[in-house]
This record gives sequence, C-alpha cells and structure tokens, in this order.
Amino acid sequence: MTRRPGKGRRQIALKDRLAPVLISLVSVVVVFGAIAFFVGSAEQWPRIQNQFFSVEAMLEAAPGVARGFLVSLQIWLISLVCIGIWALVLAIFRAMSGPWFAPLRVFAIVYVDLFRGLPALLLVLLFGFGIPALNLPGLPKEGLFWGGVALILSYSAYATEVYRSGIEAVHEGQGMAAKALGLTQWQTLRYAILPQALRNVVPAMLNLVVALQKDVALLSVLGVRDAVREAQIYTARTFNYSSLVVAAILFLLATIPLARLTDHLQRRDRQRRLQGAK
Amino acid sequence: MNRIEIEQLTKFYGERQVLDAVDLNIAPHEVVCLIGASGSGKSTLLRCINGLTEFDEGTVRLDGVDIYDESFGRTGLYKRVGIVFQAYNLFPHMSVLENITLAPIRVHGRDRREAEAAGLKLLQLFGLGQYARAYPEQLSGGQQQRVAIVRSLATEPDVLLLDEVTAALDPELIGEVLKIIRDLKTSGMTMVIVTHEMGFARDVADRVCFLDGGRIVEQGEPHRLFSKPENPRTQKFLERIIAAGRLEASV
Ligand SMILES: Nc1ncnc2c1ncn2[C@@H]1O[C@H](COP(=O)(O)OP(=O)(O)OP(=O)(O)O)[C@@H](O)[C@H]1O
Ligand SMILES: [Mg+2]
Repeated sequence: MTRRPGKGRRQIALKDRLAPVLISLVSVVVVFGAIAFFVGSAEQWPRIQNQFFSVEAMLEAAPGVARGFLVSLQIWLISLVCIGIWALVLAIFRAMSGPWFAPLRVFAIVYVDLFRGLPALLLVLLFGFGIPALNLPGLPKEGLFWGGVALILSYSAYATEVYRSGIEAVHEGQGMAAKALGLTQWQTLRYAILPQALRNVVPAMLNLVVALQKDVALLSVLGVRDAVREAQIYTARTFNYSSLVVAAILFLLATIPLARLTDHLQRRDRQRRLQGAK
Repeated sequence: MNRIEIEQLTKFYGERQVLDAVDLNIAPHEVVCLIGASGSGKSTLLRCINGLTEFDEGTVRLDGVDIYDESFGRTGLYKRVGIVFQAYNLFPHMSVLENITLAPIRVHGRDRREAEAAGLKLLQLFGLGQYARAYPEQLSGGQQQRVAIVRSLATEPDVLLLDEVTAALDPELIGEVLKIIRDLKTSGMTMVIVTHEMGFARDVADRVCFLDGGRIVEQGEPHRLFSKPENPRTQKFLERIIAAGRLEASV
C-alpha cells in the first residue's frame, strides 16, 4: 500500500497542481467580477447597495443577528444529537429480523414513509402551533420546543434511511460469521455490523447535517428568535435588508467548512474502497 | 465425543430441492470431504449441520442429541461446531486478537484477560503470533484464512466445518492453509470439508462423499473413489476434474 507518494513525486505534483489552481482562481475572479460589474452598472444599484449591503446597517444589525445565530446553532446541535440517536434506534428496529420484532419493523417503515413524505415546514407549523394550542397538561407549550421536535422527527426519517443503507452495505458474510460464532442478533449488530455501517455513513450523514443547519431557519415562522428572525426584526424596524445579508454570511461561514469536510471524507472513503478492491 | 448423524436431510429453497434425503454419519475424529459440482448442495449440507441454515425434513444429531434440542441452549451448538467460510469473513474493524476473542468473551462469558491469553497462545501455535494486533486488511489472504480458522477454534469446538477455505486464495497461499488442516487432523479434530482441491481431499480425507443434485451419489475411501469411481456420474465429474488438471496438480 503506497498511501503516501514519494518525495520526488510530490514535488512534481505540486508544480503540476499549481497551474490548475491558478487557472481556477483567475476564472472565479473573472466570472464573479463580471457579474459584479454587470450588477453594479444597473441603474438601481446604488439604491440596492444601500438597502442590502450597507456596511453601517450590517454592523448595527450584527449583534442581534449573531445572537439569533447562536440560538440557531444551539437548536441545530441539540437536534443533531437527538436525530443521531433516534434514527439509529429506528434503523436497528428495521434491521432486526424474526417475528418477534415485526411490530417494531413495521413501525419503523411506517414512520419513515410518513415523515419523509411531509414537508418539514408543514410539520414545523403543525407541531409548533398545533400542539401548544391543545393545551395539554404536563407538556411544554413553547413553539420553539415543538418546532424542534418537528425538525427532529422529520430529519430522523432521512437519517434512518442513511443508517439503513450503511447497514445493508456491510457484506452478508459478516452477519453469517457472527451468527456462526454464536452471537445473538443484537450482538451481531452491535459488534459486527454497526461499527462498519457507521463508518460507511459518515459522508452521507454530514450532508444531512448541513441541510439541517439551514432548515433550523424554518423555526423562525414560529417566532423563534433565531438568526433569520432577528434579521427580519431589524428589517422591519429600519426598512434596510442588510441584516439578511449578515445572516446569510453567518450561515455560509458555518456550512461551507462542513461541505468541504464532507467532500474530503467522501474522497478519502472512495480511495479506501478502491485500495481495498484491488 | 463428537459423532454426527444426518438422517433423511431434505431442504428446499422455494420450489427448488437442494438436499434430497441425505444420510451421512461421521465418526469421532473422522475427516470427511464433500466434493461435487457447483450447486450440488455442499455448502447447504454443511450449514445445516451447525444450524446456520434451517432444513425442511430429517434430523441432524450430535452425539445422539438433535441439534435443535433445548439441551444445547442458544449457543451450545455453535460452541461445539465451528465453521470457516471461503471468504474468511473476518471482522475488518477488529484486530486479529479481537476477532478471535469476540465469541469467547461475548458469547461464552470468558474473562477478557483469560480469553486474550488463550487467543494469543492459539495464534502462536499456528505461527500467527506476531499478527495479534494487526488488522485483517494488513494480512495476506492465506494469513486471513488461517486467522479465520483460529477464530473458529477459539471456542474449542469438537467438530470443524470447512467450506472451500482455499478457493479464494492465490495458488502459492493455499499450501499454508492446507497444512493447518492436516495438523488439525493429526490432533484428532473431527472435520467435514468441502473442497475443490481433489489432491488434498485424497490425502487428508478418511472418506470422500460425492454430491450430485442434493444427494450423496457415491462415497468411499478416497484412493478407491478417485481411482475406481463406480457411479457413472462420479466418473464423469472426476474425468472433468482430471481434464482440468486439478487432481494431479495439487497432490
Ligand atoms: N440462500 C439461498 N436462496 C436460494 N437458493 C439458494 C440459496 N443458497 C443456495 N441456493 C441454491 O441451492 C443450490 C445449492 O447451493 P450450495 O451453495 O449448497 O451449492 P454448492 O455445492 O456449495 O456449490 P458451490 O460449489 O458453487 O459452492 C444452488 O442451486 C443454489 O443456487
Ligand atoms: Mg458452496
């Protein structure tokens, strides 16, 4: 296995790589420069610039939007943990065979069909407004809580399918070997299948992580003061939209590194598979 | 003791009959080789012996006790009858030693330290001591298959089932695996071996069974069966094998 290229090869590769990097940098600058020039030459541009890209307004809006963004991040992280666990439970339900587990298996199938078939926004509205309105004793009444629950339920359906594909990608011989060693169905999953499956699904899961980061903004329809909501509040007060741009920048700062990481992991995974195949 | 008695074993996959009333008795310390064309039911027969595959009719008994008898408990049969597959099926995320100690620790409740010591000893016995901490992908195919054999021995089974354990190996790696099997025979292990290595079957087997269409068509002492097959279908099968150069080449 030559995972690391030799020194000489690396030096050549560096020179070879420099040219494409330069070319792509230049072309990015040219393309976006052209767009900027085109937009900037529009008659209305000065007004738009003032309304959307006013540095002053941005600075003024930044603390509020950043506070909201922290709320978004919190919701995001808590939801991620819940989704990771709940979806794993559902995927395990689906993976268990035998008549005893049939009810759990059916439950998981119906669950995934249901929550994957409904738009996340619809669920957020239904849960966020509907359940507090029921006024059930003993249950939280904040829209934030129920909106978060809606997001978790919705994303868990997708995450379950990701886990499931990871489980199914593990070679069937692994399960047979585990059974032949006397492991129970649960032990087989726990010790033989899941460790391999979880490794398989990391890149696909990261895609969901990025998507969820954005969909947290859906909670703003419930009045949750997240980044988007804070930006809207500023806009309503000053009739200046620069706060929305601030929110956009914050989202990009969070999601782009994640997207890069996902790509990197996917590439590494493919290389590993190619190496394993030879 | 470790006598296996198979009676009228019948198995269907859907409409397709894969095993047709197979009778086979295997004496303690006996080595039986199953040969036959692809699809003749060799693997299925092997997997019925240790309960990996359920069958439709007939019985399989270990020392006179039905393998589905409650006295075996959930894991008793798996402990007493080990199996090794063509594709090794080692767990790639576990080190060699972890592969070997998984069943002793998790299934049979052995103390970890004790199981690891026993596992190491076993590895050393088979010349694999230095690979205890390695991961399967770092080993050659032959080494992986030897580890798989050691893994199935870690629960101290009385009977070992081997399903074409050399079929996935490069020719130069087959020898090291066959040597282990010969050593196991010397140590008195009862074995049922499915193999395409006819020369090996002739050398190591006490008895060779030829399967065709889910039946044992002919069985007997290996030298007799290979040199003077009586059943026409056995004759035809062996002619093809000899034509392909697989009988003489691997002695
Ligand atoms: N899980 C299964 N489902 C359906 N049919 C199966 C299954 N496993 C095996 N069969 C069929 O049963 C027959 C016997 O298969 P088996 O694997 O026992 O043959 P074999 O003698 O081991 O062949 P080979 O030398 O190719 O390994 C084959 O026709 C095969 O297609
Ligand atoms: Mg087979």
